Formats: sequence, structure tokens, C-alpha cells
Amino acid sequence: MEALLFYIFAALTLICALLVVANPFTRNPVTSAMFLVCTIISMAGLFVLLHAFFLAAVQVMVYAGAVIVLFLFVIMLLDIPSVEQRSFNLLGVGMGGLGLLAVGGMVIQTMLRSGIGQGKTPQLEGATKELGVTLFTEYVLAFEIMGVLLLVGMMGVILLSKKDLK
Amino acid sequence: MIGLEHYLIVSALLFSLGMMGVILRRNLIVIYMGLELMLNAANLALVAFSRFNNSMDGQVMVFFVITVAAAEVAVGLALIVALYRKRQSTEVEDLTSLKL
Repeated sequence: MEALLFYIFAALTLICALLVVANPFTRNPVTSAMFLVCTIISMAGLFVLLHAFFLAAVQVMVYAGAVIVLFLFVIMLLDIPSVEQRSFNLLGVGMGGLGLLAVGGMVIQTMLRSGIGQGKTPQLEGATKELGVTLFTEYVLAFEIMGVLLLVGMMGVILLSKKDLK
Repeated sequence: MIGLEHYLIVSALLFSLGMMGVILRRNLIVIYMGLELMLNAANLALVAFSRFNNSMDGQVMVFFVITVAAAEVAVGLALIVALYRKRQSTEVEDLTSLKL
């Protein structure tokens, strides 16, 4: 049962990710954003299979809820005129695809050779309580710094969005 | 039985797909989506390591990565909007003023 669910969610994640970057039917960024939502939600399913329930919820709320809304907001705000199909450099695309296949193949090959998952059994029950305790004891400084980072990011965005950028 | 290497292979493929988006696409917004895919691939690998090594640290790391990614998207999209105001375009081919 678990294996079946893993294969379903993994296939969904990869197919939707492929459609985000290379959709054969349309180059509309809105379609890409919608398939990104699909990818994110299937990844939340994989997180649930890894017993990381809190992170699955955060993934859906932060990515599917906030980040994608930002993307769609900007796409629709800019109202990009429908891009005419620009000429492709077929050689460049082919070489790029080949290089990526090489990178992916190399990573997977290294992984299988090193036998990284040999004899490892899933152990951790990712209970939310333990995550919270770790976050607020061992990593409390990083947590505070993250708050400052979000504040700085917010101020930067407000400054960047001003009309007369000085 | 689904082991650690299954999750890592999915993560590697997802990372390659995101990199493909960054390299092959010319729309800045879609390039940004490719970056998001790469961050998500790293998250998946971290959660898998965390479960199979019986340590909570990986999950805490993923929590921080998600937070930083949200801040990064906000700033990056603000930059794209500012760029669009100046150049009326989000295609990388039109942003060549630094070219000699």
C-alpha cells in the first residue's frame, strides 16, 4: 500500500514538474504556476509518507497558499503580452537537455554505487511535538534570525516597489 | 519496500527538472519556478535523510528552507516587477545592457 502510494505521488510530482518547465502545448506562465501547485501538493503527499506531517501542512500552506499566489499576482499584474514563439536554437536546447541528463545520471549513479540506503530502515516518527521542542531549544537562535530575515525581506520589498526608486 | 534511495532518486530527478527550467526557459518568472523546484528537491532529500537517520535536524532545516524560500520569492518578484517597469519585458534576452 505504502509502495503504491509512493509510486503514485512520485510520478505525479515528476510529471507535473516536467509540465512546469517544458509544456508542449502552451508557454503561458499561468499554466506553469498551476502545474507548480500540483507538484507542491504531490510533494506534500511524499512528506506524509515520510511521516513529516507538520512539514506537509506547512508545504501546502506556505507554497501552495502564499508563494503561488505571489507568482500568479505578479504574472497577472504585469499582464505579459502573449509571447510569440521565438525562434529556437535547436542545437542549444539539445545540448542543454543532454547535459542535464548527464547531471541527473551522474547523481543517481553515485547514489546507487555508494549504497547510501543499504540496511537503513525508516525510524523517525516525525511528531510535531518533537519538532517544536527541537526548534525552540536547540535551534532557537536560528529561529530568531529567521524572524529578522523576514522583516528585512519585507522592508526590501516595500522599498523596491516604490515608484521613484532612489 | 520503499527505501532511502527511492526518495533520493526522485529528489535528483526533480532537481534536474528544475535546472532544466533555469537553463532552457527564457521567461524570468518561469526561471523562478525552476528555482523553486530545485529548492523543493533539496527539501525532499532532507526529509528522507531525517526519517532514515532517526534525527529531527533535517526537518528543522526544511522548515528554515521553506521560510527563506518564501522571503526570497517575495524579494525576487519585486525585483522582476521593478525590472518590468524599466524595460517592459521579462524575457532574459532583452536584459543585455551589461553586455559589451
